[in-house]
This record gives sequence, structure tokens and C-alpha cells, in this order.
Amino acid sequence: MAPTAAPTFQTIDLAHDEPVDYIWTLNFGPQHPATHTTLRLVLKLDGERVVDAMPDIGYLHSGFEKIGEHLDYNQYVTVTDRMNYISPLANNIAWHGAVEKLLGMELPPRAKYIRTILAELARISDHLLCNGAVGLDTGAFTFFLYGFYQREVLYDIFETLCGARFTNSYTRVGGVSQDFTPLVIEKIRTFLKTFPKTLEDMERLLNRNRIFVDRTKGVGVLTKEEATNRSATGPIARASGVTRDLRKDEPYLAYADLDFKVCCMKSGDCFARYLVRMAEMRESLKIVAQALENLPSGPVNVGQDERTALPDKGLVYRSIEGTISHFELTMTNRGFETPHEECYSAIEAPNGELGFYLAGDGTDVAYRARCRPPSYIHFAIFPHLIRGHTLSDVVAVLGSLNVIAAELDR
Amino acid sequence: MLKTTTLEAMLAAYPELAVSEFRGDTRVVASRGKLFETLQWFLCQRGFDLLVDITCVDYLNYRDAKDRFGLVYLLASTETNERITLRVYLNEPELNVPSVVPLWEGANWMEREVFDMFGIVFDGHPDLRRILMPDEFTAYPLRKDYPLQGRGERHNFPVLRRNQA
Amino acid sequence: MALELPENVVVSKLDSLANWCRKNSLWPMPFATACCGIELMATGASKHDLARFGAEVFRFSPRQCDLMIVAGRVVMKMLPVLQRIWQQMHEPKWCISMGACASTGGVFDTYSVVQGIDRFIPVDMYIPGCPPRPEQLIQAIIDLQDMIQNEGTITGEEFELKSRQATKRALIELPVIQRPMHLLR
Repeated sequence: MAPTAAPTFQTIDLAHDEPVDYIWTLNFGPQHPATHTTLRLVLKLDGERVVDAMPDIGYLHSGFEKIGEHLDYNQYVTVTDRMNYISPLANNIAWHGAVEKLLGMELPPRAKYIRTILAELARISDHLLCNGAVGLDTGAFTFFLYGFYQREVLYDIFETLCGARFTNSYTRVGGVSQDFTPLVIEKIRTFLKTFPKTLEDMERLLNRNRIFVDRTKGVGVLTKEEATNRSATGPIARASGVTRDLRKDEPYLAYADLDFKVCCMKSGDCFARYLVRMAEMRESLKIVAQALENLPSGPVNVGQDERTALPDKGLVYRSIEGTISHFELTMTNRGFETPHEECYSAIEAPNGELGFYLAGDGTDVAYRARCRPPSYIHFAIFPHLIRGHTLSDVVAVLGSLNVIAAELDR
Repeated sequence: MLKTTTLEAMLAAYPELAVSEFRGDTRVVASRGKLFETLQWFLCQRGFDLLVDITCVDYLNYRDAKDRFGLVYLLASTETNERITLRVYLNEPELNVPSVVPLWEGANWMEREVFDMFGIVFDGHPDLRRILMPDEFTAYPLRKDYPLQGRGERHNFPVLRRNQA
Repeated sequence: MALELPENVVVSKLDSLANWCRKNSLWPMPFATACCGIELMATGASKHDLARFGAEVFRFSPRQCDLMIVAGRVVMKMLPVLQRIWQQMHEPKWCISMGACASTGGVFDTYSVVQGIDRFIPVDMYIPGCPPRPEQLIQAIIDLQDMIQNEGTITGEEFELKSRQATKRALIELPVIQRPMHLLR
């Protein structure tokens, strides 16, 4: 979009030129109408055009990484829920994936399939809210409400499974806390039948909507080289042409057995990110359908010989190994042993590459639990994307980057 | 996971790097003096174009630790799908390392966070200031000698009563 | 001597009329910081609709609202912002502290999270939960409406009374609980 005013905003360099008096400063946030919670932007504007944007974050910094040094591996999963709170199950799966890699544990197949199904349902939930927020911020309120209604259906599934709508804390070291019941499977099947129609309705609302397309096409363009240089991963990188998806490149859980496509686009603007997320939701439905059909039977936690997962209550009361295993795990100065090593493990979260860098020190409390937050890294790209666009594009770009304040600040 | 060709090339170019492997991850310990050069070699010669993360570990209470801080660089390659972890050990008072922002633009905020949380200074960083904590905060929170509940900074504010505006 | 009134005339106190008007059109200002913010949005969405209780518009401007719902943890960097927004709201105004983190600090007893916004802001209603269900938020709004109906006055004298009765909570720093794991880890 060529500027109609004086073209100085592209050549001005605020750090080195003398201050000009037609540049004015606008403070955007931390309390602002866009639905992206507590982040603050100091925008320098030339009329309506953004010359520079300086993000100011830390308004939700709660010390997650420090808490990780005081809670044990099964307690910390409750805290990981509160990071990317739009898809908490993905965070739980990433955390316990990292812990199980540190311990060198192999999960039983049923646990892998269950975690895969839930990771994909969390992905659908996240993309619904992200696209819903883009819709809401550009004025499409009905789209947002459709998305939120489907999220309520997903919340119902999660509540039937583990009792909590979101912030589930569902995974444990060595498996999951509860197995699937037939009611859960039936609810997921119903969701798989009814969701495609809603997805079509939502696409019909916005995909060819003149206003939405004009507001998002060509806005916030991120090229492929820039995406990799600035460490973008996930749908943002894929919308710019980087074909990196950890589910295919470094298969974890049950993704190696499932057939799905990686959705990419080349244009790299907000509209491309919106389309990539819609396409990813369709692929997630396929993955859930396949995984549900092929769900293997068997135990859902690792066996009691590993001494990491709580054994089944029947075994605890009726066999001596079960009792010993239970006490080993629950008494205060016992618990499982971890190697004195550090490792990093990542999953393809809905927002990008969510990884945990863990340093174990022998006890079952992490010595260092670092979360590699995709939102933080993507928000750093924001000033580069917004330069030259108008003030109304700020919300569209911010929405398409899916910046979650809790993951941003941890 | 490193391909054998990359591993051989790395040992040929920098034979003094200590290489170890754990659960499929290759970890390399670099020296502080040659850090920038080593990272540049990985980017330019071997195509590790994705900087996954820069983080730091404070080894104050760690068993068998010889140095206080370990700065960790996680690199990945989008072409060949390899990953490598590079570590540099630092001790007080020389807590500065060269910044890698000229190599990867994504390192900008990652280094600011390491500075904010641990106090490690990155020379040549375009804008090194606190990012998550308020600007007037003086301590470095993620160091092991800073308590979890803080030192009273969190409640240092005026109280608003019901009848005051 | 009883007054003969036609059927379409109601006699009441001016305070009750004012309270009835105020309680049925509470416009919330969502101060949504974290996960509770998502439950707040879900309460405003179509399944649990908050608009049927009069909270029709979620205005994000403090000048146009009378109910501040603090949903989510408040960090020490954010607290001056919260106080400023509270000061910008016009009287009569009420505050709901939604969730465990806003009420007491919740799971996060760390160096940067304020352990309860009622240390620095006057709070009228607390909602426990992490996050509270939408039905709990709706119940809190209904309870707040009852409170306004019963205790409100047209000139806002109940706020003066409450401030005299409130104690200075910020100066009460609770003792740190020594959990056994602090000794062993």
C-alpha cells in the first residue's frame, strides 16, 4: 500500500535523525480494548501511519521459571496450564514430554494416542480463539461468538475427561491422570461430526468478506528469511513459507503413525496466517478422527517398575510392589530420581515451537525449568511488521501474531 | 541430533570443543573468547539458521559445579533438521559475552531477558535494558540467591481507600 | 390513615429507586489480565450470557463503567496501572476480584505477584476459583446486585462508611509458610 502522504516514514530513522515535530506518540495499553490482555505498545505515529513501535512487556510476569525450581515435576504441570491459557493441554504435554525425555522414559501407546488427541483438540481451541480475536478486533463479532460457542463444546469434553474446563493439569509423569471413558469418546465423535459445518459457516463469513480481506491482506508481511532469522515458528512461520512443523520433522507421540498435511502459504501477511490457522483446524480434525479410530488398548501410565507414575489403586492395596511403589513416590523425601543432566524438548504447540529446557539435579524438583515461549519471540517481530502501516492495522497484526500475555511474560 | 558430516566438520574446524551426547541431543561447550566465531561458523558454514533459544542456568547450588553461570544457545537448522546445544560457562565478575544480534535478529529479546533475569551483559546489543521487570528493579530474580517471595518489592505501593476517588 | 393510591403508582424510597437503576445496568470494565480473562470472555459469550443481567456492554474505558472486574493475577508492574484505572472510574463504582490470583495471589507466591489486590484497591466481592466457572461469576454479579439494592444510597454515603471500617491490609504481611520441601530441596 503506497503512502499518499510524504514518504518520510520509510526513511526516517528515529534513533539518529533530529526529532521531528510531526511525529506524535501514542500509548497503547497495558489496558486496551483489543483482546490481548496486558501488553503495552508505545507507538510513534506520523498522522495515522506508524513510524515506530516500541513494545513494553512484563505486566504479567509472575515468576514461572522460579516456581519451577520449588515445585516437583507433577506439581509444576498446574503452573504450565497458566502459561498459554488458551490451549493449556498443549503446555501440559510439552512439559511432561520434556520431563519424560530427561528421564528417558517411553510412554505406553495408549498414553501417546490420548495425548495426541488432546493436543489436537487444544490446537483447535487455540486457533478458534486466535482467529476469533482477529475477527473481533476487526469488527466481526459474530465470528468471535461462533468460535466461542465451539470452544464451549470443547470445554465440555475436557470437563467430562478430567473435571476442569480449561487449566486441566491433565498429564502426569509417565502418562495421564485419567483414562478416556466411553462418554468422552462419544462426545469427541459428536464434536467431529458437528464441527466441520461450523467451520464452513465461519469461513463463509470472513474468507471472501471484502472488509476483512482489505484489512488483512498485505498487512504485516513477514518474508521467509526474516521469519527464520527472527526465530518465528508455528503458523506464523508457515504462513511465510517456512515448511517446518515439528510433528513431521521430529515426530513425537503418535504423529509418526498418522496421516496429515502441513499447511503453509507464501504471502506471509495477516490473511495468510488466518488461512493457515483455518486449514490447520481441518487437519487437526483428521488427526483426531484417525487417532480415535486406532486408539490402542492397554495401560495409560507406565508400569510400576519405573517408579515414576502412581500405580493403580487395586495394585496398591493387593500387591506389595504396588504399595512400595506408592510410598516411594508420595513420601516427602523420596520420589523418583532424575539424572544430573540438562536437556531440551519441544512440541509443535498451536502457537509455535513450545519447548522446555530442563536441568535435573537428582531429585524430583527441577533445578532449572526454562520455557521457550513462542509468543515472546513473535512479539519481538511486531515492530518490524507494523512499520509503515496505519493505526487500525495494529490490532489486525497483533491479533494474527497470537500473543498471549501469560506466555509472553511468564 | 547432528548428522555425522556436521559433527566431523565441527571437530575439524574447532577441535577444542567438548562434545557430549544425552538422550539424542548433542551438546557442545565453547569457550568465552571464541563464542561469536563459533556461532557464526554454525550459522554461515553449516546453515543453522534458526536460533531456538538463549537461556542461562545458575549453578550456585548444583552438585559438582565448577562455574557459576552456564549460558546456553539452542540452534536448529530448518534445511537439514538438526539441533545443537552450545554452552558457555561464565563466572563473576566477567559476566559479559558478545551479543549475537548481528547473526540472528531473534536474539534481541532473548538476550534482554537473560540480562534482566541473571545480569549477564551482552556487548554490542542494540538496546540492553530490563524487559520483564520494572526498570527501577535492582536485583536479578532468577539467580539462586534471590528468594522466591522477593525482598518486599511486590507490596511497596500506596493504598487506595474507598473514599479517595 | 392509609393513602388511596391507584394501581399504577408505587411508593418507595429514592434510595431504592436509585439502587434498582444502578444494579440493573452495571457496566463492567474487564480488567482481564490472565486465564480468568478467558472465563470472563466466555461469560460474556453466547452460552453463559452476561448481558441478560444488565451488563450489556463491556466498555474498556474506565470513564464509562461502574464495575471493575479484575480477572487474573496483578503483577507489581501492573498495580499502578490498576490503581490509576480505579481512580479514573466515576462514583458509584464497585470492584469484583475474580479468581484466586486477584483475591490472594493464588498459586503465585512469587517476587512479582501482588498477594491480593484488596491490599491496594477496595474490593466488594471476591470470587474463588482458578478459574471460576462462568456460573460463579454470574452468581457474584447477582450477589453484588443484592448488595447494591440493600446497602446503596443515592448520594453514595455507604462508600464513606466502608472506608472508615476498612483496615489497612497492605501492612499485614502474612508469615511465610515453611513447607517441608524447602528444607529438603
